[in-house]
Amino acid sequence: MEDPYKVLGVARDASQDDIRRAYRKLAKKHHPDLNPGDAVAEARFKEISAANGLLSDPEKKGQFDRGEIDAGGQDQGPRSGYRQHADGEAGRRYDHGGGGWSDEQFDDLFGSMFRRQGADTPRRGQDERYTLTTSFLNAVNGATQRLTLPDGRTLDVKLPPGTSEGQVLRLKGHGAPGRNGGPAGDALIEIQIAPHRHFTRDGQDIRLVLPISLREAVIGGAVETPTPGGPVKLRVPPHADSGTELRLRGRGVPAHGGREAGDLFVSLKVIIGPPDQALDDFIRDWTPASAVDPRAAMETDQ
Amino acid sequence: MITLSAVVARTSGLERQDLERWIVEAWVNPERDGGEFLFHDVDVARVQLIVELRDQLEIDEAALPVVLSLIDQVYDLRRRMRQVAEALSEIAPQDLRHALADHLARRRGAARRL
Repeated sequence: MEDPYKVLGVARDASQDDIRRAYRKLAKKHHPDLNPGDAVAEARFKEISAANGLLSDPEKKGQFDRGEIDAGGQDQGPRSGYRQHADGEAGRRYDHGGGGWSDEQFDDLFGSMFRRQGADTPRRGQDERYTLTTSFLNAVNGATQRLTLPDGRTLDVKLPPGTSEGQVLRLKGHGAPGRNGGPAGDALIEIQIAPHRHFTRDGQDIRLVLPISLREAVIGGAVETPTPGGPVKLRVPPHADSGTELRLRGRGVPAHGGREAGDLFVSLKVIIGPPDQALDDFIRDWTPASAVDPRAAMETDQ
Repeated sequence: MITLSAVVARTSGLERQDLERWIVEAWVNPERDGGEFLFHDVDVARVQLIVELRDQLEIDEAALPVVLSLIDQVYDLRRRMRQVAEALSEIAPQDLRHALADHLARRRGAARRL
């Protein structure tokens, strides 16, 4: 391998800062993911990385300067670059057009070569695909969310209640402009939903784990529980165990588009709470009216 | 496919909230399974690329979407070029392909001389 100082273009007394700066400057130019298919850039990047690997490690740099090791052996192993994936079929996941050839893209690139039809035919604009990530509650309750497009335009996207993951909303006429008097294409907006800390969704129903105190579990009573539409009082029956599931009818995804409102399933979770001497004393001195083995139903011999 | 936590664990210099933000910005589009994100190999490699762009190449997050968009367009174009090349090699007769190759080589030579 070449002299690593020459590769990075720094003096032999360069500081670590100089080396880092030189490396970054060269890496910007030759990074293989930014130069797909350019074998020269790739080879340069390997050299630069190897030189940086040697010189950015003060110990190795010292050994090299004293002539104890040579510049060889610093080649980095095969790098699993983004390019390797992006250049193949897997890279379609990040296609702008969403994959496939549309007439307009075909025309942009090769139309004049391969197509014979007149250039003045009115043509509908291309549909454009975008992704909009929204919060769990916006998707459940419905909301209007602003989407800024790469070209700076903004679209107010109306999410209907009960919007589901991967649903595609079509905004008519908000795609690419038509040509020669043709109508504009549509904007197709694929919805992604960020997970919620407490709620999970199961179609029209929503699930929630609700912590309750030991007292609430034993005596029962009304406790406040969050729902997608805001907090409501929930009656906890006496002697509720962890895992007891209570159903709040109609408190799931609101009714929409002819579908009935879903339910909220609240799974209780008993929290004993911080240490409490009185509770400890009570439990120690307490003899249950009937002895119960909560594990009786478990098959412990297997 | 691997989970968000696994991606964070295997990518040095990556914080969980960085990745969550990048997903919201749609710089990375993992799949979703219930409440969980699942990353394909291409997504993991893209996360590593974004980390490199940010940490080694010092592209700050304000400029990253422009860079990513241009990168995506380059790979998109490469895929499309390859499709055309494949279509030509399947459909065009051999003498036409040779004539095209010669012509392109001459054009390239001419461009260099300019």
